[in-house]
Amino acid sequence: MYMMALLVGGLFAMAVYCLLRRNLLKLVFGFLILSHAVNLLIFTAGGLTRNAPPIAPSEAKFLAAPYADPLPQALILTAIVINFGVFAFLLALVDKARRKTGTDDSDAMKGSDA
Amino acid sequence: MIFAGVILSGFFLAFLVAPLFKVLGKAAPWVISLFPFSQLLFFLMLWTNRPHATGELVACTQWVPGAGVDLCFLIDGLSMVFMVLISGIGGCVFLYSKDYLHDDPHLDRFYSYLLVFMSAMLGLVAADNVISLYVFWELTSISSFLLIGFHPDTPEARRAALQALLVTNLGGLAMLAGLVILAEAGDSYYFSELIQRGDVIRAHPHYSAALLLLLTGAFTKSAQMPFHMWLPNAMVAPTPVSAYLHSAAMVKGGIYLVARISPIFGGTALWFGALTIVGGITFVIAAVLGLAQRDVKRMLAYSTISVLGMLMAVLGIGNEKAVQGAMVYLFAHALYKSTLFMTGGAIDHAAGTRDLTRLGGLGRMLPLVAGAGILAAFSKSGVPPTVGLIGKELIYEAGLHAHSAQKVIVAGALFGNMFLAAVAWAAGIRPFVGRLQSPEAPHALKPMMWFAPLVLGVLGVALGWAPEIVEKTFLHAAANTVSGHPVPMDLALWHGFNTAVLLSILTLAGGGLLFWVRHRWRRFAEARPWVGPDILYDRLLSVLKGIARLSTRLLQSGYLRQYMILVWAVSAGMVSWMLFDAAPLSWPAFAPVLPHLHEWVIGSVMMAAAVFAIATTQRLVSILALGVIGFGVTLFFVLYSAPDLAITQFLVETFSVILFVLVLYRLPELKDRSPVATRVRDALVALAVGAVMTLLVLGSPSVQYYPKISEYFAQVAVSAAHGHNIVNVILVDFRVMDTLGEITVLAVAAIGVYSLWRREDA
Repeated sequence: MYMMALLVGGLFAMAVYCLLRRNLLKLVFGFLILSHAVNLLIFTAGGLTRNAPPIAPSEAKFLAAPYADPLPQALILTAIVINFGVFAFLLALVDKARRKTGTDDSDAMKGSDA
Repeated sequence: MIFAGVILSGFFLAFLVAPLFKVLGKAAPWVISLFPFSQLLFFLMLWTNRPHATGELVACTQWVPGAGVDLCFLIDGLSMVFMVLISGIGGCVFLYSKDYLHDDPHLDRFYSYLLVFMSAMLGLVAADNVISLYVFWELTSISSFLLIGFHPDTPEARRAALQALLVTNLGGLAMLAGLVILAEAGDSYYFSELIQRGDVIRAHPHYSAALLLLLTGAFTKSAQMPFHMWLPNAMVAPTPVSAYLHSAAMVKGGIYLVARISPIFGGTALWFGALTIVGGITFVIAAVLGLAQRDVKRMLAYSTISVLGMLMAVLGIGNEKAVQGAMVYLFAHALYKSTLFMTGGAIDHAAGTRDLTRLGGLGRMLPLVAGAGILAAFSKSGVPPTVGLIGKELIYEAGLHAHSAQKVIVAGALFGNMFLAAVAWAAGIRPFVGRLQSPEAPHALKPMMWFAPLVLGVLGVALGWAPEIVEKTFLHAAANTVSGHPVPMDLALWHGFNTAVLLSILTLAGGGLLFWVRHRWRRFAEARPWVGPDILYDRLLSVLKGIARLSTRLLQSGYLRQYMILVWAVSAGMVSWMLFDAAPLSWPAFAPVLPHLHEWVIGSVMMAAAVFAIATTQRLVSILALGVIGFGVTLFFVLYSAPDLAITQFLVETFSVILFVLVLYRLPELKDRSPVATRVRDALVALAVGAVMTLLVLGSPSVQYYPKISEYFAQVAVSAAHGHNIVNVILVDFRVMDTLGEITVLAVAAIGVYSLWRREDA
């Protein structure tokens, strides 16, 4: 668990560093790493449980403890899918912006909507 | 319901004005002018036929039931006085505008604004709910902005309109805060109930704050010093607007508010002090400044400020005579001030100037306008037999009845009234008598330009002869409302010789003297540069703009990175504040789950991959490194009992890598353009964020704000939704609408990607 905390923190640091680069592709990388970091953050904060997936046995009337918390998992599942959609759009946008403006330097795109 | 309809129908009619002008052409103003008069008739009939002779009427319609906001109207003596003035003078102003602005191409628009203004004012004085009072209050500010800036082609008009809006809106916000405090203290949002709870509110710890906030609103609206500058500047408005704004609408809003809260807040030392000091100073200074003006409208504007100050001070005194005096003088002032503005506008039309030093002897050409002006000037200066005199004597008596030291008010009132009398004659009489002086040959005026002021001017004198008509109908009831208990009232021109009569004679004599030396005083004042609040307003505005520029330059640099740094620094700062202040860390909570060796290995590989993805300049390598991170996350989902997440993450990761590879050949180079110093700074920000997030994860197990709701899902998933995979059941059953939203996001993103990549022409 300490390891997970360090991993989340490390991924956040990498993501932020990437987001602060002028290169637009690095921005996309930063976004991807950030989405992993956030998902793991929610996952870890919800509590880590080994060998107990939240799936009720086929004969059971309900799910008996112990089980991994299903709610953060449902949230993260949604987040993964949406992140993918946003990622695809971001990639397309960066590519289009680079072709339109002839640069991938976010500083050079300042204050103009050419 | 009917009452609400009558008040609010003005707003609807405002939208019908333009079509009416299209259909009826020149006859449209006649039809529209009928509206305020019919409202006046309705109010009077409603009032005289009320069930209890002493009581008030409350008419309610639900508006926002959830928020406790109803459209409730309270019709008592006080609101009747105002409603009669607003609709009656409103009707005269409507008629006058027809001829004053007869060649204006936007006359229809003018009537629309005027209708909104009048209806907002009616709503303001009849509102029972404090929130709806605020809404109507701001509506009058907005509509007066439109009216003052009706001819927006001059910078003065634009500045004056904005100034009026800013000053009265800031005051309005203060008033809103005061109203909320009042309502919370009195545990009701209705004036009709709050009036009963004056004792509770006067003893409340927030009494002073509420009162001062409410008075700030009233003082800005009623142009009390130092907020008065917007009113003389508002003289750029067309004259009918000035006539209305100064007499029955807008500036009287502040007086109304003070009168309305008088039974709730009145009688304390703070009430007396704040109102008499601010009102008294405004009264005297504005009267003195008014006599130094050469523009008839500016002169009248200062005299309005002065009278408003007097009314404020008198309401501050708050004894029986004071309340009566305030109500009577309020009524008298509305009549004569609207008349004087209308005659001023008529002079401007006929002679081509408003400069009083260049006007004289116009009475021979404009006998009826002159008649109206002279009658109004009589009422204003307190010459018998006018309603103005009755009001003025009551105010003197109020001062004489005040407690010992407060009698100094009488001296102030005498001094100010002398100046006001001189102003009345200079503005209302002097242009019409004496040698003929006029820059243009005076021409005859259209009928409504003399008819409207003459009606109001004659009323001022007729009601001086027979004040019991208005006293019986509503002024007495109004005085009772403002006092909070029934007071005796007996209006008459002559009560026998007493001190008040002596003071009235002194006022006229002093006024005559001042009238005689007024040009000397004007030249003296004009020769001196005054530093008034108007200049301060400009400075304050430029300071405000400077701050806006500075903050824009600081925050809106246009560099994405700087916004990012700001956002991250603020979020990390707030999270760490929460961690250390609100939810202290508890380390032992982690003990149960110790990492295995292979987990350390996976974590280390992911970290290494992340560093690699950042450091490398080779696109393919960095994309593979990102893939490693994604599959590492997938492994953790497997290890910690989240098979659904693992499957999804695996699929998405595969798609992401495919997507990257598909566009790989078009991807830009991966140069880092930043100098080393910038990289170090970014690294420090990144590390700080990372450290805070690590601490957040470590702190999270010890915080449980709400009981876990997962147990519910675990219990009922099988029985209620017939699913064994709880995560799936949550997504497709319990929270299915959220999943629908998720799918929508995907669809929108897909459309976006398609449209961006569709055409290559770019």
